Amino acid sequence: MAVTTHDQQHGLTAHSHGAGAPSAPVSSRADHFTSFDVNAFEVPGGREEIWRFTPMKRLANLHNGAEATAAAKIDVNAPEGVKVETAAKGDERLGTAGTPGDRIAAQAWTSFTEATVVTLPKDTKVGPTTVTVTGPGKGEVAYGHLHVKAERFAEAVVVVDHRGSGAYADNVEFVVEDGAHLTVVAIQDWADDAVHVSSHHAKLGRDATLKHTVITLGGDLVRLTPVVTYTGRGGDAELLGLYFADAGQHLEHRTFVDHAVSNCRSNVVYKGALQGDGAHTVWIGDVLIRAVAEGTETFELNRNLVLTDGARADSVPNLEIETGEIEGAGHASATGRFDDEQLFYLQARGIPEEQARRLVVRGFFHEILLKIDVPEVRERLEAAIEAELEAVGA
Amino acid sequence: MATLEIKDLHVSVNTDETAKEILKGVDLTIKSGETHAIMGPNGSGKSTLSYAIAGHPKYEVTSGSVLLDGEDVLEMSVDERARAGLFLAMQYPVEVPGVSMSNFLRTAATAVRGEAPNLRHWVKEVKGAMADLDIDPAFAERSVNEGFSGGEKKRHEILQLGLLKPKIAILDETDSGLDVDALRVVSEGVNRYKASGDAGIMLITHYTRILKYIQPDFVHVFANGRIVESGGRELADVLEAEGYVKYGKQEAASTS
Ligand SMILES: Nc1ncnc2c1ncn2[C@@H]1O[C@H](COP(=O)(O)OP(=O)(O)OP(=O)(O)O)[C@@H](O)[C@H]1O
Ligand SMILES: [Mg+2]
Repeated sequence: MAVTTHDQQHGLTAHSHGAGAPSAPVSSRADHFTSFDVNAFEVPGGREEIWRFTPMKRLANLHNGAEATAAAKIDVNAPEGVKVETAAKGDERLGTAGTPGDRIAAQAWTSFTEATVVTLPKDTKVGPTTVTVTGPGKGEVAYGHLHVKAERFAEAVVVVDHRGSGAYADNVEFVVEDGAHLTVVAIQDWADDAVHVSSHHAKLGRDATLKHTVITLGGDLVRLTPVVTYTGRGGDAELLGLYFADAGQHLEHRTFVDHAVSNCRSNVVYKGALQGDGAHTVWIGDVLIRAVAEGTETFELNRNLVLTDGARADSVPNLEIETGEIEGAGHASATGRFDDEQLFYLQARGIPEEQARRLVVRGFFHEILLKIDVPEVRERLEAAIEAELEAVGA
Repeated sequence: MATLEIKDLHVSVNTDETAKEILKGVDLTIKSGETHAIMGPNGSGKSTLSYAIAGHPKYEVTSGSVLLDGEDVLEMSVDERARAGLFLAMQYPVEVPGVSMSNFLRTAATAVRGEAPNLRHWVKEVKGAMADLDIDPAFAERSVNEGFSGGEKKRHEILQLGLLKPKIAILDETDSGLDVDALRVVSEGVNRYKASGDAGIMLITHYTRILKYIQPDFVHVFANGRIVESGGRELADVLEAEGYVKYGKQEAASTS
């Protein structure tokens, strides 16, 4: 009883789980339009497939030509050996990890004035680099661009920490060169008014490893689109996400892994909790295994825990397979009410209800928290989750 | 010395639309030092009785009372009942992903004992209790019941019984799903608990085989939502021979 686990809409395009069965997508992710030119995109009205979950009215017109009125403040705290620069528009490194896939990303590309470039040195292991992005302020609009490059066989951690107020749209690039290991933790811990629309473009070289973790807690509307592409065999991407939506918050994550090279791996695990009236989360997990991508191994999972009435989680896994020669592919998605059975079990052992609830929610996120190997970040997140739970007296 | 008094208990289960009466007037008194076996066919309401006493939200008490040492149990929340000294070893223990067994046990012991146990003593106590039940120490770091086999879950229920030392324990089909060795180990665990103090036990079972290991003082036949016959040990032997036919069910009470 208790868990009303239901597999939600299984993607909007047809897909097959097994090897070999030809899928006949209504609109394949392969046809997804990308461009650096903002005018190449129509101003979205909200009915379009990629916008249909987003409350357009709350986008501060980022999708409709909003001019920058201010800039976000960027502070980089990097260990020795890491090169931190600002780059002007036209710097040839910019835009190499990927091309904007929606109008706001293209707008950010067009409108940013100065990019931050972080280069992690080759053949070296360095401690965490923290990029703190502080929003432009209440009622202001800003665009930005961050380019992170892990050189060959670099081993590094980059934390991108978003806080503050205002509307902010940006592109974030991760170029992971051959054999490099890059760990990224992107934290969206915005103030209540903030609007953040962000496209992450990750490009993995041969035998490159990316562990990309997204933590979204604060903000009125956050829409994050991480896209992963591979340029050589042996690429390995792990995309992890944790989000916690309170009353009125809209938190949307749209992952896309494009397997266009053989023998690469991807694993997507996003987990969210929701509480309060109008809390809304969206997870769209697109994975495309192209015909040439033999030996692909991919799995994606999204789980949502609805803690109170009035909250809504949309979850759409979408796996398209164009080749029969794959190692393995699968997906799972479930949205459940808070599990009364678990609560009962813990309480039946004397544990007070409030503490039992926290144990269950912490347990739910445990799998993700466990994988965050930056201790300071993990501790901060644990504290943030506790605070979220306290807020409703859960 | 503790007493659990169940008087004329009527319980309905709340499904999505309707409420269905399952317990139709249960009377039973259990004192510490006593072991009461409750035996009955599938679906007769044995688990419902145990859940109702523990306070599961799906089961609604429509009339009657449950008192523990004169205190109204039905007025207490689930966790208050446990802290007052009631324990339910469940027929189907619940999995709690992401919460380690060791964290769970310590949190529960802290709640029930009213203070956090001394860490060094606690570690020893848990290790010893796990060894007694043939539980691999590695289980301490696994999530509560997650991926445990049926038998492993039951051992862990008895582990909790031993650590939380309730006044009155309700064991709901702790014997089901156990092989012969596990049945012996688990029964020994129950007997240790019994020997350790003034324990009162309600032992719910479908079969007589566990009664070879755990001696009941009283045997009650449960059918159709109430106790229909009570007696001593010998009643179990009658059930063993005749099954529940007499009570309207074509079911065997013996293991063979
Ligand atoms: N949560 C529930 N929802 C719907 N019906 C229930 C629920 N719990 C119990 N019932 C019904 O109540 C009756 C008694 O069930 P209960 O589990 O108490 O029997 P039992 O004697 O423990 O059986 P078993 O020997 O199989 O464990 C059954 O008809 C069962 O289907
Ligand atoms: Mg039962």
